[in-house]
Amino acid sequence: MNVYAVLAIFKFEMSRMKRTIGQSVASPVISTVLYFVVFGSAIGSRITEVDGISYGAFIVPGLVMMSVLNQSIANASFGIYFPRFTGTIYEVLSAPISYIEILLGYVGAATFKALFLATLIIITAHFFVPMDIQHPYIMVLFLILTAITFSLFGFLIGIWADGFEQLQVIPLLIITPLAFLGGSFYSIKMLPPLWQKVSMLNPVVYLISGLRWSFYGKSDVSLEVSLWVIFTFLVVGILIIKYVFKKGYGFKQ
Amino acid sequence: MIKISNLNKVYAGGFQALKDINLNIKKGEIFALLGPNGAGKTTLISVICGINNATDGEILINGFNIIKDYRKTRSLIGLVPQELTTDAFETVWDTVNFTRGLFGLSPNHAYIEKILKSLSLWDKKNNKLMTLSGGMKRRVLIAKALSHEPRVLFLDEPTAGVDVELRKDMWSMVRKLQESGVTIILTTHYIEEAEEMADRIGVINNGEIILVENKDLLMQKLGSKNMSIDLRASLENIPMELNKFDLKLVLEGTRLIYTYNSKNEENKISEIFDVLNILKIPFADINTNQSSLEEIFVSLVK
Repeated sequence: MNVYAVLAIFKFEMSRMKRTIGQSVASPVISTVLYFVVFGSAIGSRITEVDGISYGAFIVPGLVMMSVLNQSIANASFGIYFPRFTGTIYEVLSAPISYIEILLGYVGAATFKALFLATLIIITAHFFVPMDIQHPYIMVLFLILTAITFSLFGFLIGIWADGFEQLQVIPLLIITPLAFLGGSFYSIKMLPPLWQKVSMLNPVVYLISGLRWSFYGKSDVSLEVSLWVIFTFLVVGILIIKYVFKKGYGFKQ
Repeated sequence: MIKISNLNKVYAGGFQALKDINLNIKKGEIFALLGPNGAGKTTLISVICGINNATDGEILINGFNIIKDYRKTRSLIGLVPQELTTDAFETVWDTVNFTRGLFGLSPNHAYIEKILKSLSLWDKKNNKLMTLSGGMKRRVLIAKALSHEPRVLFLDEPTAGVDVELRKDMWSMVRKLQESGVTIILTTHYIEEAEEMADRIGVINNGEIILVENKDLLMQKLGSKNMSIDLRASLENIPMELNKFDLKLVLEGTRLIYTYNSKNEENKISEIFDVLNILKIPFADINTNQSSLEEIFVSLVK
């Protein structure tokens, strides 16, 4: 294992985060605060409780999950796309480093950043709503699995993308709508029966539901199903990455 | 040091960039790879360094296969790419240390300091790469390539676009590296550079190695020499007695040029002078010059 190489990539990505602290940290935290103000205060005054949880507290897991999904994908995709764009990827490809180690460096850094932001958002949420995390270990497990899985998908997007526009396409057109329609701001049980069934096709429902269970012990879907879904995503992500590495797509000609 | 056998590279679109390359590069030598644009120089380097995959064939570095033993082979190699590819927002210090880490070595600030000083980069160590000139960026790429103490150094057109002073500095640095036992493979468009630096020269054209030769031998083998005889009075035509020497009369009849192979001991120089004396054709000056590597190169790839 080329530990120094993994650390070099990790450190490089962290220094990028430091350089772009406004974009990396302040922006998602401010967005989350705005969600609390708009959804928590304005709408929350009309919807007092959902499943016995105050509306402000109810939306916290959804906001955290949205941030983890978006940040994991954004950081991992940009992390690998930028050296491809500038041509500095030649260094990584010519170094004595395996694909697994490349992955550990880039995906590890993106995962770390996403988890760091999730922590910031949970801390921020404490200032707005009273919250009690009932199953902190499950919460940590869920966040870690989600951050790793979506960083893997982000990495794939970064390998696939041929331009900066393509980096934005999947997060904007797929992840954000799925997160909004995945029960971030409402319980699936509040929907008419038909839409409840349709919502079950949305994979993000399971992620938000699982995280919400870890906070309040209540969810739209059972914890076991949510865990199975995130594990399945993780395995699928790993298998795709393995195939891409084997073929050298996006890296080597 | 490097053994390439039956190497082929066909790109996805079907273009064959390398055709059955067989090449041995000796330890400690400076090998110059010459070729016109699109000849396959950069592709060959990319395949050896692991940036591109070969279609078939085998490459051994120090006896290790570049696929099976990629960690060992890549650890031995440093690459200075043709393009000035740098991460604009990083500092000189960070980017050079980053490369050392990528190659699996623990931090060694004293060594990095030594490299930066030797490349006149020390006072720029905290500068962001985007603030550096093209020549300075080129130095940074060299520093990065040297950061992990490679035994083989690929310089892909290292002096493209740099001024004469920096070019000479680089030549001096390359010589020092060779003295320390580093094997150097240089691609260049500046034939003067190959002529100045190389021990051996390979010529690649249309993906094929068409010649590999010791530089001095190549110059001898293929290098023709010209002898110019400046006449005191102009001639209208070359006298019949001189026709057998295949001379050229130029500069309005004031200069005779005799072209001969420098390796051929049976040249006709003394006979020419004998005939000139018999014909009483006085001459003011004599000059000989060897054809340059550039001329040889052009004749090879024509």
